[in-house]
Amino acid sequence: MSAASPVEVEPTLSPDEITFLAKPWVTLVWDDPVNLMSYVSYVFQKYFGYDKAKSEKLMLEVHTDGRSVVSTGTREEMERDVQAMHEYGLWATMERAT
Amino acid sequence: MSGFEHHRKSDRVIATFTGFEADLLRSLASQIVELLRNERAEPASPTADPFEALMTEFSGATTIPDDPVLARLFPTAYVDDEESAADFRRVTEGGLRDGKAAAAGHIIDALEDAGLPPELDEEGLVIDVELTRSEAESWMRAFTDIRLALATRLGVEADDEDYWHALPEDDPRAQAHDIYEWVGYLQETVIEALTG
Repeated sequence: MSAASPVEVEPTLSPDEITFLAKPWVTLVWDDPVNLMSYVSYVFQKYFGYDKAKSEKLMLEVHTDGRSVVSTGTREEMERDVQAMHEYGLWATMERAT
Repeated sequence: MSGFEHHRKSDRVIATFTGFEADLLRSLASQIVELLRNERAEPASPTADPFEALMTEFSGATTIPDDPVLARLFPTAYVDDEESAADFRRVTEGGLRDGKAAAAGHIIDALEDAGLPPELDEEGLVIDVELTRSEAESWMRAFTDIRLALATRLGVEADDEDYWHALPEDDPRAQAHDIYEWVGYLQETVIEALTG
C-alpha cells in the first residue's frame, strides 16, 4: 500500500504529448492480381463490420494505391486482424502507425 | 455452366454441377488439402541452430514456406521485423493451415454427400449442393485458396487476360487458366448469393 503525497503538477509537455497508451498499430491490405474486388469488399464488410460504402472505398484504395490501412488498434488487435485476413486469403501485414 | 444462387425459401445457397464439374472441384480441393498437409510447417532451409529446430518441431514454423503457393497463403505479417514475423508465424500458421484444409475438406465431403462417386464413371450425373450461409462462406474462402494456388503456379499477373486468352486452346496452361476463371466465377456467384 502507499500513501499519496501532495505534489505540484506543472508539466512542460502539452496534454497531447502525455499518454500512457501505446502508439497504435495498423493493418495493411495489399493489392494482388487474384482476389476479386467483390470478395475483398465482402471481407471488409463481414469481418470489420464496415458498411458497404466504406468497404468499397477501402477496396478501391487497395486496388489503385496498391495498399490500404484497413484497421487501427493495439498490436494484439492488429495481429488478430492480420490473421483473419490471411484466413480469408488476403495479403495483409501490420506495422506501427506513422 | 451455372453458379450459385440464393434460395429464398430455405435460405440456402444452392448450385447444380455436372459430374465433370463436381469431380474437378473435388480434385482442386483435394490438392489444397494435400499441399497443406504434406509440406509440413517447416523452415525453408535446414537450420543450423538445434534450439530453433526443436522450437519449430514443437510449436510451429518461424520462416516463410519454400513453396510459393504456401508463401502466398501464409504471408509474412511484419515486413521489417524478422523476429516479430517469426513469432507471428509460429503462433498462427498451424491454425491457418488446419482451417484452410478443413474448408477444402468440406467441399469434398459435401460433393460426395450429394452423390459424387469416388470414381466418376457415369454420364449425365448431376450434383445438387445446398449450403447454409456459413457453409457457403467456407466454400468461398476455399475458392480463394484454390485461385491463389492456381494463380501462383501459373504466374498470373494484373491485367494479363489477353495473354491467357491468346494461348492455343490445347495448351495445358490455357486450360488451367480457364479453370482459374471458372472458380472465380463460382466465387462471384457465392458472394452475390450471400449479399444479394
